[in-house]
Amino acid sequence: MSSEATLSEICAIACAEAWRGSGEVLASPIGTIPTIGARLAALTFEPDLVYGDGDAVQLGAPLPIGAPPDAEKVVEAWLPFGKMFDIVQSGKRHVMMGATQIDRFGNQNIACIGPWAKPKAQLLGVRGAPGNTVNHPTSYWVPAHGPRVFVEQVDCVSGVGYDRADAAGATAVRFHHIHHVVSNKGVFDFETPDHSMRIRSLHPGVTVDEVQELTSFELVVPDDVPESRLPTDEELQLIREVLDPANARAAEVPDA
Amino acid sequence: MTEEDVVAELRDGMTIGIAGWGSRRKPMSIVRAILRSDLKDLTVVAYGGPDVGMLCAAGKLRKAVYGFVSLDSIPLEPHFRAARQNGTIDAMELDEGMLQWGLRAAAMRVDFLPCRAGLGSAITEINPALATVRSPYGEDEYLAMPALTLDVALLHANRADARGNAQYLGPDWYFDDLFAMAAEKTFVSCERIVEPGGFLAEGSESTIRINRMFTSGVVEAPYGAHFTHCVPDYQRDEAIQKEYADSAKSPEAWAEFRAKYIDIPEAEYRRLIGVQS
Repeated sequence: MSSEATLSEICAIACAEAWRGSGEVLASPIGTIPTIGARLAALTFEPDLVYGDGDAVQLGAPLPIGAPPDAEKVVEAWLPFGKMFDIVQSGKRHVMMGATQIDRFGNQNIACIGPWAKPKAQLLGVRGAPGNTVNHPTSYWVPAHGPRVFVEQVDCVSGVGYDRADAAGATAVRFHHIHHVVSNKGVFDFETPDHSMRIRSLHPGVTVDEVQELTSFELVVPDDVPESRLPTDEELQLIREVLDPANARAAEVPDA
Repeated sequence: MTEEDVVAELRDGMTIGIAGWGSRRKPMSIVRAILRSDLKDLTVVAYGGPDVGMLCAAGKLRKAVYGFVSLDSIPLEPHFRAARQNGTIDAMELDEGMLQWGLRAAAMRVDFLPCRAGLGSAITEINPALATVRSPYGEDEYLAMPALTLDVALLHANRADARGNAQYLGPDWYFDDLFAMAAEKTFVSCERIVEPGGFLAEGSESTIRINRMFTSGVVEAPYGAHFTHCVPDYQRDEAIQKEYADSAKSPEAWAEFRAKYIDIPEAEYRRLIGVQS
């Protein structure tokens, strides 16, 4: 079955892999494919991982994507926003946020485009990104890899990258870790001497030249670029039958 | 009290905290009354949704203090965006957790609380007044989040009693309790006022989240959070929220929305949304 995996399913596996080794912490995925990934990790190789319904409860069994608000839930614990903020400061969390812009050191922007004082485009605001990035591991999900997302410099640093954490001092660095950046082209990390972004793997059929073309800064390219792993039969079945039977994932990353 | 009685307690230039979260359980009937009033130059502190957007659209704001402004199912709040992009309001943008910390500091009557959030991000550049503080016990240098002291807090609860205790029947009361404690005066609107002792027929003791020591008045406002959601009493009205979002397209569209949903008595609003004949 693996040979038939779609791009969105390969992305879901790449997202799930971001939580490998996280242990008993709260996985907070933003977006459809990261949500599938977190729940898949919890159902397979990361069984202690904690996940919620995206609202106020922690689940003991996954809900399918798009479940109505009154769907029956296996409620394991209570996770209102106040508890969530406490968990952020405790460090027992690994979030995967979106990024309107991200740079080579993992600085992320979701706040606005253009100068903050009078933006060309006001977006969400910084939301929880400043606190997330200095308190616990943070990964990012970019469904459409392009040069306007992977930029030389972000307009408003919402999530803190490695260079900015270093410049801010030891307190900002202590719990700072930008783990993975997953896009529709591949997986990237910061496991380089100066923490600049490196290709960790590319999805099947994607070339180094192609992804470099879609990135406004120079990526670190390892001698051997692995291919992102494909879903196992069990994983594909979980994605298609349990986690996302309505195929919402294809709306986020269309099949190639 | 009525919504108009609450508005009569407000003054130009006040700092007003609006509880709830995004497009969830916002005291919208009081916000609508503010829009109908002559009030101006307000500073709003909120996890913002259509409350902040409407105040922007009606020109009531001098400044917004927020961690985000979103309509949830419509991620970007169009009226707030327009105000920011046209530079018609001042802004203090914070990390969500910092906003909580600012309210908590005000509630505790301390000048600041230390946090890591904000260090290294644009927060310290876009808010140049923010300072850091050195730990007296170690090497850490934290951001010192200043108290966000409010003149007035407005919140909407599922139930309240006439003395100002308030009850939350949904799964999250957000930071309503902190807003109440951070404010000089807090006004509560609610779906229904219950008789003394009536709370336990609605939910357990732990659902009675707001203490009358921290409130100054109660408005019975059925569907007072509408079109935001007020679970379990009602879900968000996505159709009207979309009409509201679309009204940012032109001054005429906003005027039309305003005439239809805001410049009318609340009883007529309830008739309009089909919950009162």
